[in-house]
Amino acid sequence: MRETISPELEFQSVKKRFGATTAVAEVTKTIARGEFVALVGTSGSGKSTLLKMINRLVEPSSGDILFEGENVTQLPLAQLRRRIGYVFQGIGLFPHMTIGENIALGPRLAGESMGEDKIGEMLELVDLSPDMRKRMPPELSGGQRQRVGVARALATNPQLLLMDEPFGALDPITRDALGDRVRSLHDELGITTIMVTHDMAEALLLADRVLVMQAGRIEADCAPRELLHGAGGDFAQELVAVPRAQSERLAELKQ
Amino acid sequence: MSAFFTALGGLGDELAAHVLLSASAIGLGLAIALPLAIWASRSEHVARLTLGFASLVQTIPALALLALFFPVLLSLRAVFGPGLPTLGFLPALLALTLYALLPILRNAVTAQTNLDPGVLEAADGMGMSGWQKLRLVEIPLTAPYVMAGLRTASVWTIGAATLSTTIGQKSLGDPIFAGLQTQNWVLVLAGCFGSAALALVADGLLALIERGFDRRNRVMWLGGMAAVLLGVAAAVVAHFGIGLGHNDEKRVVIGAKSYSEQYILARLMGQQLEKAGFKVSYREGLGSAVVHSAVTTNAIDVYVDYTGTLWTNQLKRKRNPGRDAMYRQIVNWEHDTTGTEVLGKLGFENAYAFAMRTDQAKRMGVRSLADLTRVAPRLTLGADIEFFERPEWFAVRNAYDLRFARKRSFTTTFMYDALQSVEANVIAAYTSDGRIAADHLRVLSDPKNAFPSYDAIILLSPKASRNAKIVAALKPLLGKIDVEKMRKANYSVDRETDKRTPAQAAKTLAKEIGL
Repeated sequence: MRETISPELEFQSVKKRFGATTAVAEVTKTIARGEFVALVGTSGSGKSTLLKMINRLVEPSSGDILFEGENVTQLPLAQLRRRIGYVFQGIGLFPHMTIGENIALGPRLAGESMGEDKIGEMLELVDLSPDMRKRMPPELSGGQRQRVGVARALATNPQLLLMDEPFGALDPITRDALGDRVRSLHDELGITTIMVTHDMAEALLLADRVLVMQAGRIEADCAPRELLHGAGGDFAQELVAVPRAQSERLAELKQ
Repeated sequence: MSAFFTALGGLGDELAAHVLLSASAIGLGLAIALPLAIWASRSEHVARLTLGFASLVQTIPALALLALFFPVLLSLRAVFGPGLPTLGFLPALLALTLYALLPILRNAVTAQTNLDPGVLEAADGMGMSGWQKLRLVEIPLTAPYVMAGLRTASVWTIGAATLSTTIGQKSLGDPIFAGLQTQNWVLVLAGCFGSAALALVADGLLALIERGFDRRNRVMWLGGMAAVLLGVAAAVVAHFGIGLGHNDEKRVVIGAKSYSEQYILARLMGQQLEKAGFKVSYREGLGSAVVHSAVTTNAIDVYVDYTGTLWTNQLKRKRNPGRDAMYRQIVNWEHDTTGTEVLGKLGFENAYAFAMRTDQAKRMGVRSLADLTRVAPRLTLGADIEFFERPEWFAVRNAYDLRFARKRSFTTTFMYDALQSVEANVIAAYTSDGRIAADHLRVLSDPKNAFPSYDAIILLSPKASRNAKIVAALKPLLGKIDVEKMRKANYSVDRETDKRTPAQAAKTLAKEIGL
């Protein structure tokens, strides 16, 4: 167990079934405030379902999830979701609103208006020019759009940032740069981040803690360094073997 | 050309009524379709059900849908009382509203289902309530598609509204139907032009609003909306402004079926009633079945019908008891069962009679229906749209064992033309039709009296029959119009050149019978 100050999030025997199939089978875990956690697994391992149960885009079949000690099902939905930033592969910028309006929408829903300066600051946080706020989403590249997606998710000052395959559709260079940017924002803002990814390399490079999921269960819960030293069991090591083999081959090529 | 513009200029009332009817139907359709579309977007079951229903409605021909609301509303009088209108604006509005539903609903539902799922997930992930999601995301993103559906609905509705003439609602269909029946092509063209222009203008303005939404140009869409509202407001003022100061208690509504003789007689009665100080309005182009129900339910006050028609359609009798017995039984039947009063006979008969071109008849040696039996298998019989479903046809077919090679239905106007162009060899003509004499047709005799008699009679609604002034104003017409006078009047309206309007023909006829 890592050193924790207080638990940000607690999963207590959380299960999710869709009809006859079990997506998440009895997960019990605690995530501490300030951690950057990667949820890694193959398709269908239940990692996205587990993530979406936190902000109740999916309701658990049984078990409880506590967010800062409060059961998420007891909190008003709108209030819960405004305290949790959400970034996902589909991005979902509203195509009929300017970039600025997209970013300011979260505060607006909470009844606060967001000034031009603040919108500009949010854009700068994700390495975009403040002038971008007047543009429309279709005019932006995929990487720029996901940067706006991150800025929008952070606009309500959430304590928790959930990311579901956030960089899955981006080109490698953008993906790398945006990953680094998100990691440094995580540190600067002192938030807790949970990122779902199927890319073990990305998880190892960005996260403090990697949870490996298989068939609805958490098979491994290790720090990246531990995984690279062979911990976490066979399945986790299968996933780690891929980037390791790649980097070894690249090293050979260089010689 | 100037006749066209004169006709067009005279369509102000019809245009105002048309705009009001179409706008009301589209507005009501929108008010129903949009909440339904939202509901459908939340439930697949509702989506299937509503779209299925709207598509089903669309498969009913507009003309039939309009006509179907007459019996529906009639039966609803049991619930809403006798004040519920069964003809005119209400049934037209309901039918056209149903018609407007589909394009709006389908576009709205399609737009909803094709919304980017990522956008909806983002809306949920941000913590939007259902209402916020609808207002901030779904409505703005589906608006262009809904507008496209609205444009389609508008063009359809404005076109279909011309058919509301047949259920007694004033519209740009009035000149079209009247023109078709009296071969007044200028009138037909003016009506078509009016309704087409209206549809184009409406479509253009809605396109402007749509583009305004799309480009987020407030001036554009507000301007378009203002123009639409202004147009509708102008129609309201024109429609109701004219009606101000009219005393509806003294207004008499005259019904007419859709052919020249009926138009002329309606005007003749109208002119008599106006002389007696009544305000009159006309419900012309009514279907045979609708017009009788209309008079029995006081939807119209007076119209002219024919004994043979009532005998078969209303009394459902088959045997022909002879001319006078038939008339007496009809008078008693109407009085006892419908409360409608037969004021009396006008003096002429408008019977069905088979007619042929004289040269053809001579060549084939046909003088009577009995002669026709032998040659019918080589001939085509032309008749009006309802004839082949009528008991008269079955009676005459059985009496003379007639087996024609072909049977073709025409509107009355084209039936005579078909005979001239030999697209029909025999037609079921009307004895009071001026074209029989003008075209030198041979009318075949009916030795077995298979066709019943068709004395023209004035029918008064239960309400109108209690008004002594109405009775007094119409009584002078009884027994005054012989078949020669009627033929002449009909021909003056039907002929190709030097045409008279039904109102002019009615004035001439009034003069001839000394009124």
